[in-house]
Amino acid sequence: MKAKVLLSLILLCGSLTAPTARAGDAAPTASAAPASCDLPAYLLTSESPLPKVAAAVKAGKPLEILVIGSRSTTIPSSENSSYPARMEAILKEKLPPSGVVHVSVEIQSKKTAEETAATFVKLMEAKTPTLVIWQTGTVDAIRAIDPDDFRSAVTEGVVALQSAGTDVVLMNLQYSPRTETMISAQPFLDNMRVVAQEHDIPLFDRFAIMRQWNDQGQFDLFSPSRGPELAKQVHDCLGRALAQFVIDAAHREPAQQQN
Amino acid sequence: MWVRPLCETAAGPLHSVNVAICGKGFLPPMTIADQVTGPTIAGAAGTKPAAAKPRTAVPAITLPAIGERELRLDLFRGLALWLIFVDHLPPSLLTWFTIRNYGFSDATEIFIFISGYTAAFVYGRAMLESGVVIATARILRRVWQIYVAHVFLFTIFLAEISYVATRFENPLYTEEMGIMDFLKQPDITIVQALLLRFRPVNMDVLPLYIVLMLALPFILWSMKWRPDVTLGLSVVLYAVTWEFDLYLSAYPNGFWAFNPFAWQLLFVFGAWCALGGARRMSRILSSRVTMWMAIAYLVASFYVTLTWYVPQLSQFMPKLIEQWMYPINKTDLDVLRFTHFLALAALTVRFLPRDWPGLKSPWLRPLILCGQHSLEIFCLGVFLAFAGHFILAEVSGGAVMHALISLCGVLIMWGVAWVISWYKRVADKSGAKSKNAVGNADLAGGG
Repeated sequence: MKAKVLLSLILLCGSLTAPTARAGDAAPTASAAPASCDLPAYLLTSESPLPKVAAAVKAGKPLEILVIGSRSTTIPSSENSSYPARMEAILKEKLPPSGVVHVSVEIQSKKTAEETAATFVKLMEAKTPTLVIWQTGTVDAIRAIDPDDFRSAVTEGVVALQSAGTDVVLMNLQYSPRTETMISAQPFLDNMRVVAQEHDIPLFDRFAIMRQWNDQGQFDLFSPSRGPELAKQVHDCLGRALAQFVIDAAHREPAQQQN
Repeated sequence: MWVRPLCETAAGPLHSVNVAICGKGFLPPMTIADQVTGPTIAGAAGTKPAAAKPRTAVPAITLPAIGERELRLDLFRGLALWLIFVDHLPPSLLTWFTIRNYGFSDATEIFIFISGYTAAFVYGRAMLESGVVIATARILRRVWQIYVAHVFLFTIFLAEISYVATRFENPLYTEEMGIMDFLKQPDITIVQALLLRFRPVNMDVLPLYIVLMLALPFILWSMKWRPDVTLGLSVVLYAVTWEFDLYLSAYPNGFWAFNPFAWQLLFVFGAWCALGGARRMSRILSSRVTMWMAIAYLVASFYVTLTWYVPQLSQFMPKLIEQWMYPINKTDLDVLRFTHFLALAALTVRFLPRDWPGLKSPWLRPLILCGQHSLEIFCLGVFLAFAGHFILAEVSGGAVMHALISLCGVLIMWGVAWVISWYKRVADKSGAKSKNAVGNADLAGGG
C-alpha cells in the first residue's frame, strides 16, 4: 500500500532522507532479522546516550534491564514471544558473550503514568537495573488524561528513575489503526517526545515503527485475527528493534563524551 | 451563509430584482476592505429571495457592502471541510495535501474563523434590523440544530464502537480495547454525552461551536456598542485562560479538547472582521511589510513542521527554541497557531482578490457548494470518516482502496451539497409563493 506514501514523503523531503533511507537493521550476525522487520535507520537511533549501559557493556558487567509496561508489553498466553523476551534473546546474541544480560518485566496494567510513576521509588529499592525501559501512554490516552498532567507524570517518573541511578528509555504507544477513531494518541506521543528531549533520554518510537510496518505492508495491523501469530511476529520485530536501539544508544556514548 | 435577515422583513422575495433592491437599500461606499472581506447578502446566482428595508439606526458597527456574494468565504470553508474530512481518515497519500503538514495551524482555525465571520454577518444584521431578542432567538435555534447534529454523530459513533468491541479480538491490541470499557456504563456515558462532557475522538469541533454560538448574542450585543472593546475583552479572556488555566472539564476526566475560552479569540476576531474590522485593517493588510512578515513566518513554521517529518533536520533546530516552542498547544489555541492563521489569511486576502475570476470557475464549484452548507457537510464529513475507517478495517486497506475512499467521500460531500442547494432553490420558490420563506437564514448562519 503505502509504498506510495513513503515515496511521496521522500519526494517531499528531497534528498534529505536519501542517505539514511537504507534500512539500518540486522547486523550480520547469525540471526538475520526477517525482512518484515525492516525499518529506516532513523527509527532505530537516538541522539541521547545511555552512559550506564555503555559502561556496563564496556566493562563486561552484567546488564540488568527492567521493562516497566502495561498489557501491551506482553502477549496473552505467550509471554516468551513478547518483546522483552525477544529483546533479551537478541541482546545475548549481539553483545559480547562475556557479559550477562537479564531482562525482567514489571507489568502495571490499567495504570496511568501518574499511578505507575508513584511506584518507582519502591521499585528501584527492590531492583537495581542498569536500564529501565518505561513503556507508557496507552492507558492515559484511553482515559483521555489531561496531556499536561500526563507530561508532568512522565517527567516525575523519569526523574525518579534517573535519581535511582539507572539509564532510562521511554517507549510510546502502539500504533493501533482500528482504534484510531476512538483513542487520540497524538497529544501523548507529543508529550513523551517533549519529556525525552528535555531530559536527553532516548525515545523508542513504537508508534512510528508500527505505523511504518503497517504503511509498508509488512504487517496488516488492521487485521482482526484472533490467533497470536501476528502479535508474535510484531513483538519479535519490536524486540529486535529495541535491542538494536539500545546497542546503538550505548555505542553512541563515547563519541558524545568526546564532544 | 445565506444572508437573509436584512431583507426578509419585507414581503415576498422576488429573486434578482429584489436582490438589486435589497442591495441598493444601504450600500455603504465600497472600499478596499470590502474587496478584502465583505461577504454579501443575496445569492451568487440571484437565487436568494430578498427585499429591502432601509437601515434606521447608526450603530457602531458597519456591515460590509452588499453586492455579490463573497465566494472566497464559501471556498475556504469548503476547503476546510474537505481537509477536516481527510485529516479524520487514517493517514494516506491525500493527507500530505492538508495544510497541517505545512505549518502550525490547520483546517480547524479556518473553520472557526469563517464561522465567526459569517455568524456575525448574518446575526449581526438580524440584530440591527430586528433587535436583540429576535436575533438571540434565531441564534438559539441555530444552536439547537448544531446540538442535534452532534447527538446524531454520537449515535453513529456508538454504533461503530459497539461493533468493533464485539468483533475485533486481535491479541496484539487487548490493551487498546480498554476504550470499550465505557460501554459498560451506558447510563453515565450517554448522559454525559448529552451534556457535551463525553466527546469521542474527532467530535470536538461541534461542542466548541455550540458554546461559541451560545456566546454569540452577547458578543454581537457588545460589538454593537464597541467592536474594538469587544475584541479587546476577547484577547483579555484569552490571556486570562493561559495565565490561570481556565478550562471546561470533560468526562471521564481531562478537559475539552478545544478550549472554548481560548478558541473564542478566533471566533470573535472573525466577527470583528465581519463587522467592519477588516475594512479598518485594510491599510495594514495591503502593506508590503505585513506581506513579508507573513511570508517569513510561514516559511519558518514550514521549516519547523518539516523537522517533525524529517527527523534528521531537527539537529539544525536550536534546543533553546525547541524548548521555548514545544509543545504547540492546540487545545488552548497556541499563539503560534493563531499567528500562523493570521499570516495565511493576510496572504490569502492579498493574493486572492475578491473578484478573482477563478471563483466562478466550475472547478471550484464543488468546494464553494460544500462551504455554503457547512453544518450539513461537516456532519457528513465526520460520518464519512467513520464509515471510511470502517471500510478500511473490514476490507483490507490498500493504497488504492484508501485513495478511492477519500475520493468517494469528497464526491459524496459535493453531491449532497448540490442536492441541498437544489432543494433550497426549489423550496424557496414554493415558499415564495406561499409567503412562507422564513428559515433559511438559520441554515445560512455560518454553520
